[in-house]
Amino acid sequence: MGIFPFLVVVWIVVVGLYGIVTSRDLIHQIVCLIVVQSSTYVLLLGVGYVTGGAAPYFFDIPLHTKAVDPVVQALALTDVVVEAAVTALLLSFAVQAHKRFGTLDPAELAEFKG
Amino acid sequence: MTPRQRLWFFAVAAAGLVACYLWAFAGLPGFGSYPGPYGQEILRQAVAQTHATGVVSAVNFEYRGFDTVGEEFILFAAAAGMSVVLRRLREERATQPADEAESRTVPPSSGAVRVAALLLVGPTAVLGWWLASHAQASPSGGFQGGVILASAFILIYLSGEFLTFRRLSPVALLDAVEAVGAGGFVAIGLAAIAMNLPYLDNYLPLGTIPGAVSSSGTIALISFFVGIEVAAAFVLIVGELLDQTLLRRRSA
Amino acid sequence: MISAGLMNTLQITVLAGVAAGATVVVRTRTRVRQVLALSVYGVLLAILFLVFQAPDVTLSELTVGAVVLPIILLLAIAKVRKPDQ
Repeated sequence: MGIFPFLVVVWIVVVGLYGIVTSRDLIHQIVCLIVVQSSTYVLLLGVGYVTGGAAPYFFDIPLHTKAVDPVVQALALTDVVVEAAVTALLLSFAVQAHKRFGTLDPAELAEFKG
Repeated sequence: MTPRQRLWFFAVAAAGLVACYLWAFAGLPGFGSYPGPYGQEILRQAVAQTHATGVVSAVNFEYRGFDTVGEEFILFAAAAGMSVVLRRLREERATQPADEAESRTVPPSSGAVRVAALLLVGPTAVLGWWLASHAQASPSGGFQGGVILASAFILIYLSGEFLTFRRLSPVALLDAVEAVGAGGFVAIGLAAIAMNLPYLDNYLPLGTIPGAVSSSGTIALISFFVGIEVAAAFVLIVGELLDQTLLRRRSA
Repeated sequence: MISAGLMNTLQITVLAGVAAGATVVVRTRTRVRQVLALSVYGVLLAILFLVFQAPDVTLSELTVGAVVLPIILLLAIAKVRKPDQ
């Protein structure tokens, strides 16, 4: 259990990158990018976890019980919401590329120069 | 580069990446034994200093408030950027007659979906509003409250009432609300500077009971502004993409 | 309270589920099916965050991964598909 969550993080990153590299469709690539981004959330929360710790909210538990790290939770929380908006921006680029060039295949898109 | 060559190149690069990762993880203290002094110190001091029992929100809007301003503006820029990118597309189709969806035939969605979505709109909106305004107490806060509030609007669309969705989310109003949210956050910080305090300092009265609605000073206020900004941004984003699908069908 | 051993098993199970879910999402090549797989993956991630004692992140991930991301993906797919699909 000491290193298993971090191995899962590495696995998710490699699998996502494999999807991006071997993709023939821009939308498939964007979804694989979402998967790669999700690995960072798992990493953040995995680093901050304290065995036997509770969630860092003290309105119903006594004030100094052992709790997990709140800073990484704050980072992961804003991360999740903001990267959804960035994904939407990426999708609008994909839509525009389709309008201009009629195709969403990255290999064909690479041949257009501007 | 052929696909096979690309795959081999990727295999070599991935092997290097994995090696670096494993080397890095070997230096970590292992899952569950987090030693970090910063987090433990915040856990000790947060409730006493800010009178907010939700430590994560206190970290988000007080201890690391400056980072949150940056994140919020990423959201703002993404929504604005989408509007710019997609609006240019609409100009290309300006020659097509644009009757704004009155005579559009609505493809019927299943009855169960429509009823469920309609029933859930009210509770979802209330839940989102409650979450955005109670950042200091339970697991809540501006970001998740705002997204849930936006999903209440999306539920209106899902229940087949597209015209209602459009009428309830005019772009001008959404732009204004989003600007108020983002600007409000920055303004709260600037007001602190006007009082000769550091930027985003917590200058409002802290309240007596930790975790009550009126406690924790600026945290609750900032969370509320963030909530409406996030909600407006996501409704804008979904509205833009919806308009795109409509455009195509009208001109096809 | 849940004992340490049970929490450990729960975490390992959900982590394995997340790893499997990521693989499934990447391997699905059809667009709409991939969006469905992403939804399920989002729910699995939310459960993982819950088991890691992070309810705030769970809330965000649940809403974003099960509502917002599928909607914008499906709208983009509807925009770019050929008229016969």
